[in-house]
Amino acid sequence: MDLFTLAFMQRALVAALFTGLAAPAVGTYLVQRRLALMGDGIGHVAVTGVALGLLTGLSPTWTAIVVCAVGAVLIEIIRERGHANGDVALALMFYGGLAGGVLLTGLAGQSATTLQQYLFGSITTISTNDVWVTIALAVVVVGVCVGLAPQLFAVSQDQEFARVAGLNVRAYNIMVAVLAAVSVTVAMRTVGLLLVSALMVVPVATAQQVTRSFRTTLFAAMALGIGASLGGLLLAAYAPAEASVAPGPTIVLLSLFGFAVTWPLGVWVRRRARLTAPFAAGVPEAHQTPETHPHEHGPDCGHVAVEHDDHVDYVHDGHRHAVHVTGEGPHYDEH
Amino acid sequence: MHDVNPIELTNGSVTIGGRPILRGIDLAVAPGQFVALMGANGSGKSTLVRALVGLWPLSGGELRLYGTPIASYDEWARVGFVPQRASAESGVPASVWEVVSSGRLTHRRPFRPMSRADRAAVDRAIEVVGLQGKARDGISSLSGGQQQRALIARALAGEPDLFFLDEPTAGVDLPNQQALADALAQLSEHGATIVLVAHELGPLAPLVERSVVMRDGRIAYDGEPLGDHEVHAPQFGEAHGHHHHPSRAQHDHVPHVSAPFDGRH
Repeated sequence: MDLFTLAFMQRALVAALFTGLAAPAVGTYLVQRRLALMGDGIGHVAVTGVALGLLTGLSPTWTAIVVCAVGAVLIEIIRERGHANGDVALALMFYGGLAGGVLLTGLAGQSATTLQQYLFGSITTISTNDVWVTIALAVVVVGVCVGLAPQLFAVSQDQEFARVAGLNVRAYNIMVAVLAAVSVTVAMRTVGLLLVSALMVVPVATAQQVTRSFRTTLFAAMALGIGASLGGLLLAAYAPAEASVAPGPTIVLLSLFGFAVTWPLGVWVRRRARLTAPFAAGVPEAHQTPETHPHEHGPDCGHVAVEHDDHVDYVHDGHRHAVHVTGEGPHYDEH
Repeated sequence: MHDVNPIELTNGSVTIGGRPILRGIDLAVAPGQFVALMGANGSGKSTLVRALVGLWPLSGGELRLYGTPIASYDEWARVGFVPQRASAESGVPASVWEVVSSGRLTHRRPFRPMSRADRAAVDRAIEVVGLQGKARDGISSLSGGQQQRALIARALAGEPDLFFLDEPTAGVDLPNQQALADALAQLSEHGATIVLVAHELGPLAPLVERSVVMRDGRIAYDGEPLGDHEVHAPQFGEAHGHHHHPSRAQHDHVPHVSAPFDGRH
C-alpha cells in the first residue's frame, strides 16, 4: 500500500480521476452526433500543438489547447458547410497534424522520446502544476457538459428543431468542438494523444449497451471512465517490477475489456426487446385455430409472450397463439 | 396583439444554390386558423414551411411572425416545429421523456434545472399524443409512427401558439395518424394556429379550415379546404397517381368508359 504515499503516484491518481471524468462527458455528445472519430482528429492536430510548445519553449499543454481548439473549430465549420466530404476533411487534419508535429519536434531538436510522452502518455511524470491545470480544465468540461446538458442534447439530437427553438446552434456546436479539444489536452498526459479518443468513446459505447436514457448514459460513461483510468493506472502500478507496463495502454485496454464484457449483454437485451415488442393492433378477420394444441400457454410456459391489443400472443415455431374463451371453453386462435 | 396575424409573408421568395425555388408567395394566416399546405413532391411546400420558421433565408419579400420581422423575432416559445421525417434516434440512447423535454428549452434558461411547470408540460404533451405508458422507454424502441408522435409531443411541450408540422403523417400507419389527428384537434380547439404540410391529409382532413396548394414554387390555390383527390388533380402538377378510390364492384351494365386521358389505373 506504500504506493499511495508516493507523491508522483498521488499526482497520477488525481490526474487519472479527472481525466476519466471529463473525457467521456464530451465523448457522449460526440457519439450522439456520430462523430466518434473527431477525438482522434483533434488528437492528431494536438501533436502539432505540442511540437509548437517544444519549439517555442512555451508550455506544450497550452499550445496544444490553442492549436486543438483552432483545429476543432475548423472541423466544425467544414462539417457545418454540409459537404459530403466531411470525413475527408477530418482525414486531412489527421495527417497534417501528425506530420507537422513530427517535423516541428525534429526542428526543435527534441528526440522522439520527448514526443512519445505525449503520444502515449506519461502520467507518472506529471508535475504538480500540470495536475492543477488538469483539474481546472476537467471541472470546466464537466460543468459545461452537465450544466448545459439539455441544450447540448437538443442541438446534437436535432439541429433544425434546436434552431427553431431559438438556440444558437452554431455557438453550441463550436462549444462542443472546443470542449472536445480541451479534454483531448487534458487526457494527453494520461493516455496519450493517439489513445485519447478511446477514453472519450469506449466508456460511452459500453454504457449504451444497457442504458435507455441519455442522462444515465452520460453519467454511466463518466463512472466507467473513472473506473477504467484509475483501474488501469493501479493495474500498471501493481504489475510485477520486471515487466514494464505502461499506464496509458492499460487504461484503454481495461476500458475495451469493459465493453467486451457488456456487449453480449447489450445484444441479449436488444434481442429480448425486439422479440417482446407489441404486435401492431388489429386481429385477422378469418377465425383460424391450430389443428391440435395439447400445450397450455401461460406466463411461465417459456414461450415468448408479446402484447397484442388487449391480450397476449404466445410465439412459437413461427405462430402467434392467442387464447380465445368461448362457451365451449378456451382454445387458441392463430393471430 | 390579439389581432396580429401570426404569419404575414408578402412577395416572399427563396433561392437555393442560385436557383429560384419559391417566387412571389403571399401568405397571411389569421390567429387560430388551421392551414394545410399541399402540393406534389417538389412543389416547394416544405421549402415554404422551412422559410416560415427561419431555416431558409428569404431572398426577397418580407416575413413577419406576430408582427415582428423574422430577423429580429425572438419569441420562439410561441412557435412549435415538427421537422420532416427527422428520425428521433441519434448515436446515444435517449428516452421519450428526454426527447420531449427538449421542447421545453424555449422556456428555460441555461444552467437551471427544470421547474415543476416544465415537468408538468412535458407530461401533458406526452399524454396528448398517447405515449404516457412509454415515457421512460428508449425512443429507438418505438415504431416509426410512435416516434413521429414523440416529435409532435416535443413541439407541444413548448405550449406554442403557432404550430408548424412538416409531413407528420408520411409513412405513419392509420391508427397513429388518427392519434395525431386527435392531438391536433385538441391543440386547434385551444386556439393554436396550425400550418400543416401534407401530401395526403387522411384522418386530418376534417380539421383543415383552409387549403393552400403549391405548384412549382408558387401558390396555385388558396381557399376552402380541398379533398386529397382535388389536390392531386392534374392542374396542380400531379398526374393522378397511386391514390384513388377503392374500386367498387360494378353491378350495372353500363359500359365502363375509359380513354387515354383518364390517366392510369
